[in-house]
Amino acid sequence: MEIQTNTEKNGTQMSEQNRTTPSSLSDVAAKRAEAKVAGTTPLGTGLEARGVHAWFSKHHALSDVSLDFSAGTVTALIGPSGCGKSTFIRTLNRMHEFIPNTSMAGQVLLDGKDIYEPGIDVTKIRLQIGMVFQKPNPFPSMTIGENVLSGLKLAQLKVSNQEELLEECLVRAGLWNEVKDRLGAHAGGLSGGQQQRLCIARALAVKPKVLLMDEPCSALDPGSTLRIEETISQLSKSMTIVIVTHNMQQAARVSDYTAFFLSDGGPGQMIEVGPTNEIFSRPRDERTENYVTGRFG
Amino acid sequence: MSTTEVKPTRPWAASPKDRALTASSVLLSVAITVGIVLGTPMKGKLAYFFVFLLTWLIVDSLYVVRKFGAKGVRDGLAAKITLYGAVMVSMAVFSILWATVSEGVAGLNLAFVTENMRNASFFDPIGKGGVLHAIIGTLELILISIIIAVPMGILTALYLTEIKGKAAGLIQFLVQAMSGVPSVVAGLFIYAAIILNTPLRPSAFLGGLALSILMIPTVTRTAQEVLNLVPSDLREAGLAMGATQWKTVALVVLPAARSGLITATILGVARIAGETAPLLFTVGVFDGYNFNPFVGGTGTLPTVIWAGLGAGTPEAAQRAWSAILILLIVVLIMFVLARTVGSRQFKKK
Repeated sequence: MEIQTNTEKNGTQMSEQNRTTPSSLSDVAAKRAEAKVAGTTPLGTGLEARGVHAWFSKHHALSDVSLDFSAGTVTALIGPSGCGKSTFIRTLNRMHEFIPNTSMAGQVLLDGKDIYEPGIDVTKIRLQIGMVFQKPNPFPSMTIGENVLSGLKLAQLKVSNQEELLEECLVRAGLWNEVKDRLGAHAGGLSGGQQQRLCIARALAVKPKVLLMDEPCSALDPGSTLRIEETISQLSKSMTIVIVTHNMQQAARVSDYTAFFLSDGGPGQMIEVGPTNEIFSRPRDERTENYVTGRFG
Repeated sequence: MSTTEVKPTRPWAASPKDRALTASSVLLSVAITVGIVLGTPMKGKLAYFFVFLLTWLIVDSLYVVRKFGAKGVRDGLAAKITLYGAVMVSMAVFSILWATVSEGVAGLNLAFVTENMRNASFFDPIGKGGVLHAIIGTLELILISIIIAVPMGILTALYLTEIKGKAAGLIQFLVQAMSGVPSVVAGLFIYAAIILNTPLRPSAFLGGLALSILMIPTVTRTAQEVLNLVPSDLREAGLAMGATQWKTVALVVLPAARSGLITATILGVARIAGETAPLLFTVGVFDGYNFNPFVGGTGTLPTVIWAGLGAGTPEAAQRAWSAILILLIVVLIMFVLARTVGSRQFKKK
């Protein structure tokens, strides 16, 4: 597959006939766009990445990504493995720096304020930008209820009504009905999909404005995946969600916007971003089209 | 579709013919062994044992080579040599256990575990006096060592696994070097550093200090391994919820590693429970109860054993053997504790 240079990537010149976009994906995305309730008012100024680069020691993994996440939207990050999606999402709540010898450049603005500003309290940032990981990782030493409320202890927050918060988080994560009778049981006894929803409930308990999800369904079966996607749809009414996924059907089903990342051997770049139904029906860049139609990647 | 019942079989299991062949190879080896031992000047059980090991190795290889060729022989040799290694180690362990039990049981009686030696001496007939003071002394020393060494060991392990600071490489090296310190050196160090330079005289506390030097590296290295097993996902999950590193370690990492840390503690205890050399300079001796760990000598099982075997009379030696048995039982109880505590946590998951 020949990769085009930047000067050639003027997508608007591509003729409509040449395109073989599968109608299913764009249909799904279009349906999703229609279904999105009009009442989702902006919740704030959201999250903005400005010229973000990332390195792992000397390896330049991500180059110059600028991307806005409007409040109350779901943005899917797609692209082949090794293109920097996960690295990018981890720069958004300062988890990138936990890997030794990493570095970054650029700005990430939360409500207009740079989260990398010197002297900023990084724990407060992570409190506002929660994260759900690829593998479900409930705390093994805690019960289901303790897991959900663990953020309060970990971040040293005071909440007047813990019972209420517990129920609210589990309801929002779509897990309440399944676990309400065994909140005192250990989390290890739940299925993988339930554990992942428990992790979502746990992330919700500290009331983040933004939820980052790094391939949250990649370790789950289709049924659990569906439940998580329903959960995401519910959550998107009240918060900003960024989801990394390898499953383009999933991107089409859950997201309002989609960003396509690609590495041509060098650092990963963001090739294109747009409303999800446009990315899947009328991508501007040929490489995006090749990827979403399954011709490479 | 037929509904015939399918019987579970094990096509890979040894057939009766295979078993007969194995048995005949063993029998043939035994016969050859007997022949060799009788026909040469070699004598005794040990001769039979080692000649059999060697003969069986050769005879069975000859059996195997017919069916599986050179590859099968190599496989069989590797399997047998591994088995021999396991047999030798088990023999050493069981010999020690057997010697201790058979020699020690004669001196056991109620007085031995309920009295001290205040009104008795090593040279009195068995039945008079006991080693309860030494059992208490040993437990006292173990407790002091745990109080000192476990926090230090776990904190060091946390520095190495969680903080990974600039000195981590150096500290890792020092911990490894420290685990090679001969135990007598630990005792001499406390003697030279404290007893010669301060008014403190030998006591259980100083003995505990000396034992801590030996216990810290064991606890540190075991704790380090356990902490490394805690998935980094859990740490990230904690940090991603706005926790500080301290909170993540205290509320997530340490609880997740709890059972392993208990095992680390008990392995450390097993390491020091039988140490004699460091105690000779640091705890002194006493044949009665001494409940003050800071003042005065304290009797301990290892020093009682050491003194008893050195005293030279059959009664003293008998008491020493019985004390060894008691010490083994104390250590055994601790291992059982380690296992049960460890597996209880495992079941929960």
